[in-house]
Amino acid sequence: MKKLWRYLPALPALMLSGCTVDLLQPRGPIAEMNRDVMVAEFAIMMAIVVPTCIATLYFAWKYRASNTQAEYLPTWDHSTKIEWFVWGIPTLIIVALGAISWYSTHAYDPYRPLQTADNVKPLNVQVVSLDWKWLFIYPDLGIATINQLDVPTNTPLNFQITSDTVMTSFFIPRLGSMIYSMPGQQTQLHLLAAESGDYLGEASQFSGRGFSDMKFRTLAMAPEEFSAWVEKVKSGSENLDDTTYPKYAAPQEAAPVQYFAHVQPDLFDGIVAKYNNGMMVEKTTGKVMHMQSASSAAPSDTGMKE
Amino acid sequence: MAHEATMSPLAHADDHGHDHHHETPNVFGFWLYLMTDCILFGSIFAAFAVLRNQFAGGPSGKELFDLTNVGIETAILLFSSITYGFASINAMAKNKTMVLVWLAITFVLGLSFVGLEVSEFSHMIAEGNGPDRSAFLSAFFTLVGTHGLHVTCGLIWMAVLMVQMMGPQDLSQRMMDKLTCLSLFWHFLDIVWICVFSFVYLAGVM
Amino acid sequence: MLGKLSLSAIPFDVPILVGTFLAVAVIGLAVLGAVTYFGKWGYLWREWLTTVDHKRLAVMYIILAIVMLFRGFADAIMMRTQLALAYAGNPGYLPPHHYDQIFSAHGTIMIFFMAMAFMTGLLNLVVPLQIGARDVAFPFLNSLSFYMTLVGALLINISLFIGEFAQCGWLVYPPLSEMQFSPGVGVDYYIWAVQISGVGTLLTGVNFFTTIVKMRAPGMGWMQMPVFTWTAFCTTVLIMASFPVLTVTLALLSLDRYLGMHFFTNDAGGNVMLYLSMIWTWGHPEVYILVIPAFGVFSEVTSTFSRKPLFGYNTMVYATCSIMVLSFVVWVHHFFTMGAGANVNTFFGIMTMVIAVPTGVKIFNWLFTMYKGRVEFTAPMYWTIGFMITFSIGGMTGVMLAMPAADWILHNSLFLIAHFHNVIIGGVYFGYIAGMGFWFPKAFGFKLNEAWGKRAFWCWFIGFYLAFVPLYILGLEGMTRRMNHYNNPDWYPWMLVAEAGAIVIALGIVCQLTQLYVSIRDRNLPENLDLTGDPWGGRTLEWSISSPPPAYNFAVIPDIHGLDTFHTEKQLGRRAHNKPLAPIHMPKNTAAGAIIGAFSFILGFGAIWYIWWMAGLGLIGIAVTMIMRSANRDVDYYVPVSEIEHNEEIYSRRIAAAQAAE
Repeated sequence: MKKLWRYLPALPALMLSGCTVDLLQPRGPIAEMNRDVMVAEFAIMMAIVVPTCIATLYFAWKYRASNTQAEYLPTWDHSTKIEWFVWGIPTLIIVALGAISWYSTHAYDPYRPLQTADNVKPLNVQVVSLDWKWLFIYPDLGIATINQLDVPTNTPLNFQITSDTVMTSFFIPRLGSMIYSMPGQQTQLHLLAAESGDYLGEASQFSGRGFSDMKFRTLAMAPEEFSAWVEKVKSGSENLDDTTYPKYAAPQEAAPVQYFAHVQPDLFDGIVAKYNNGMMVEKTTGKVMHMQSASSAAPSDTGMKE
Repeated sequence: MAHEATMSPLAHADDHGHDHHHETPNVFGFWLYLMTDCILFGSIFAAFAVLRNQFAGGPSGKELFDLTNVGIETAILLFSSITYGFASINAMAKNKTMVLVWLAITFVLGLSFVGLEVSEFSHMIAEGNGPDRSAFLSAFFTLVGTHGLHVTCGLIWMAVLMVQMMGPQDLSQRMMDKLTCLSLFWHFLDIVWICVFSFVYLAGVM
Repeated sequence: MLGKLSLSAIPFDVPILVGTFLAVAVIGLAVLGAVTYFGKWGYLWREWLTTVDHKRLAVMYIILAIVMLFRGFADAIMMRTQLALAYAGNPGYLPPHHYDQIFSAHGTIMIFFMAMAFMTGLLNLVVPLQIGARDVAFPFLNSLSFYMTLVGALLINISLFIGEFAQCGWLVYPPLSEMQFSPGVGVDYYIWAVQISGVGTLLTGVNFFTTIVKMRAPGMGWMQMPVFTWTAFCTTVLIMASFPVLTVTLALLSLDRYLGMHFFTNDAGGNVMLYLSMIWTWGHPEVYILVIPAFGVFSEVTSTFSRKPLFGYNTMVYATCSIMVLSFVVWVHHFFTMGAGANVNTFFGIMTMVIAVPTGVKIFNWLFTMYKGRVEFTAPMYWTIGFMITFSIGGMTGVMLAMPAADWILHNSLFLIAHFHNVIIGGVYFGYIAGMGFWFPKAFGFKLNEAWGKRAFWCWFIGFYLAFVPLYILGLEGMTRRMNHYNNPDWYPWMLVAEAGAIVIALGIVCQLTQLYVSIRDRNLPENLDLTGDPWGGRTLEWSISSPPPAYNFAVIPDIHGLDTFHTEKQLGRRAHNKPLAPIHMPKNTAAGAIIGAFSFILGFGAIWYIWWMAGLGLIGIAVTMIMRSANRDVDYYVPVSEIEHNEEIYSRRIAAAQAAE
């Protein structure tokens, strides 16, 4: 029995051994950075938290009232040396963490495009959060999917993210950083999958009734496999354009995966523009221009009307 | 420790007899309230600053604002601050009648300010440019309306004080405190209005 | 005539709610019946409901807080149970419509009506006594504040039985909370409950700031103020600076909802991030509003039970003030994932970390207060030591979240949930309970039972770790907050552990109730009675008067010569004063606060259900009551010297009896 107790501290580790701790087992450079920063922070702070906790217990025990052996200084309330220590140590730690913070926030800014050593052409994906599903448009490939994100490995992924309903957050834990999706706004995220696999993707900002099922599979695969998959999707018959879009954008819980062989090119821009009074900022020139598209005619009634 | 001796806490005043009402913390407390009100207006100003160009295809300030009207409003409100000042001076001289007269003038000025604002608002709403037209107009109506609501509350307060002054409260210390607080409030609204005038109307038209 | 209100608003079809309603009704009727049976209505009305005495308001605040703790905790354990069930296809027993209301209500109630009420209660009980004042600066406003808080609490609880509560989280982020996506009355319940109680809080802030600035006993300079009063002072500053922002934010949201404006809507130029910025401009200082007074409690408790002055008083004051200032420049850390530029994120990230410096200083100061002291392990000291360990861990995870690069994966995860419960339970709640145990004898004249207090501590302490360490791990496993069901087999075991933790915490609450019961039952046992008014060997002024203190607190306002004057005088053997007694000027009780509260309730309820005549009635009622109150000249009285002498004599006799017993 005594022996078993000794292993008690290892229990959490045992419980964890069988399962995936997504954030500690990254599958891409961004997620790796996220993890490294987190672990480094943890380690640096443990250097002060653990001694503090031990000192708390030790002082409380050593200077317990019943221990009349211990020294007692009933009026002692100041020591410049200790004051230096109590301000200095936390300050030093925060300076160290601040440096890490400055570096990592700039170097791994979600808006900063990624580059691979062999300069692989990035894959553009336009992400639209709907009630309660994810629409992925591959603008360069002319295809789209709902609730399944297929990506080639070792290829920079450039996400443009918006919402056609309430705000939520786009997150693939094992690939790293998340970014909000907001109606009328375009946010950006740059990720990369280093290994093929089937990763959980989720909405991480509560968005209403169907939020819990607003998940998608992220399937990372070798570029050849990805090309094959694209061909497969293209051979389908579903079209996503102004006329069919409202049907797919309507609220739906636990929506099934869907492929679209053809996507109207300006669909994403139209979705953004309809919340900006039909206005759209042209990316190359920075000019404000007017979108003419059915999906931008008026804010669609894709609310939670029951 | 000289600085401790200079402390004159109010609670202590009790030890010096009964007549200690002139040191009530009311005015100090009211100052604090005004500071919180200042933050309240500051937040609405911040919201206005963020949304001031969100016309959503609707009209901009340039198309909507009539500076003459706003100028008259501003003049009336500034003038009412002066008339309130005269009421304060007379209150200190314990000249109740004149306090009432000046307060009445202030009241009329304040009322006409609110009247002008209401007519400006109703005019805009009638033209389809109500607060639900665009984010800019929401922010505009809210900011100017909040100020107008404050002025209205000030007017009700002023009316109540005038009635009370004619009754048994006369120009007691308690009444003097109330007059001081209302005066702070009234001048404060003036300052807020100057900000509204500059940042909303002038900047909107420029 | 009745706006949106109809019979269909009453959830007869939800058995949990019908059951809850029956239970509440039975308990409510039992309480009302008991009051009637014992003929206590007059007493209750005259002595409590119309009181302006800060000590009695304190007791009512804390009772409200404890009742709200039950409600908030019931929500919590229901959520945990749902997630322990709703795995792999099992929908659990709470459909999203109900579950979403529960998590929204849990946060709202715990922050606004449990923690805020508890904090205000402690401020009320302690601050005037610590600074040698006879009441707060504005006793009537104090009563009004209480009723505003109470009305907010009532509204939010009525939403259980009439209509529904918000289903978009405790900060009702738009656009989800806009009319387009939340057409029901839930968000309106939220808005009115929080707005009305917010007015009360703002008044409390103004009131206590004025009290502390203007009503300190002669000789008590800023650096002679007890630490708890310092923390109370910083909290009032934060309240005054941040609550107006909350008022505006929610007012803009209600303008969107009621008048179709476009502040935070998707269309017509509305800006959701404006809401986030504004709500967190209030929201981040709010957590310091809650925790700073808890720091004050720990300072008093540690120094009293270590039999030493607080280590580094000046440092403590500076640290508190810097936390107060810094809390206003960190709000963006609540949405690092919005896509702001790297410089913005870095700035707010580093600012957030900087708060860890003064907070760390405080922990060290408590540590060195115990150092070379004589630590007595009373229940409040247990909570304090538990806090120091738990809060260090919670602070560490907080700094982890402050790093944008880490927050990008931890944001909105259960890791975040674990973090803020770690600091709010381990910091705020532990602190308030320590404070309650510490000052309970001052309020009632007898001590709380130690054994049950310690049992409660162990349940809470162990239960906390059982309930929230799994959430840290779940966060690392990628589980987001506010999920209703899931299919991931990795998450399931941890959810079971967390459920077990919630049950252990429930036992802790049972222990606390038992503690109250046992303490009241045994209140007359000599070891429990507090005859001297100084049961712990305290250092500050509140211990220099009888327990419970007379309505006017101090027969004679004491002169202050430095920090911990009372302690110094005890050491020197000078305790009795020899100043002549004089009649004491005191405020009269008034029903105005209760009446305005009632009209606020009518206003709120009417506005929630679009019953406009009712809302109008409430508004007019408030205005008329205010005007009548301002015309009322019969608001004060003098306590005659004979009565003061009488009270003093009783007190002297009790001290003599206590000395004889020793």
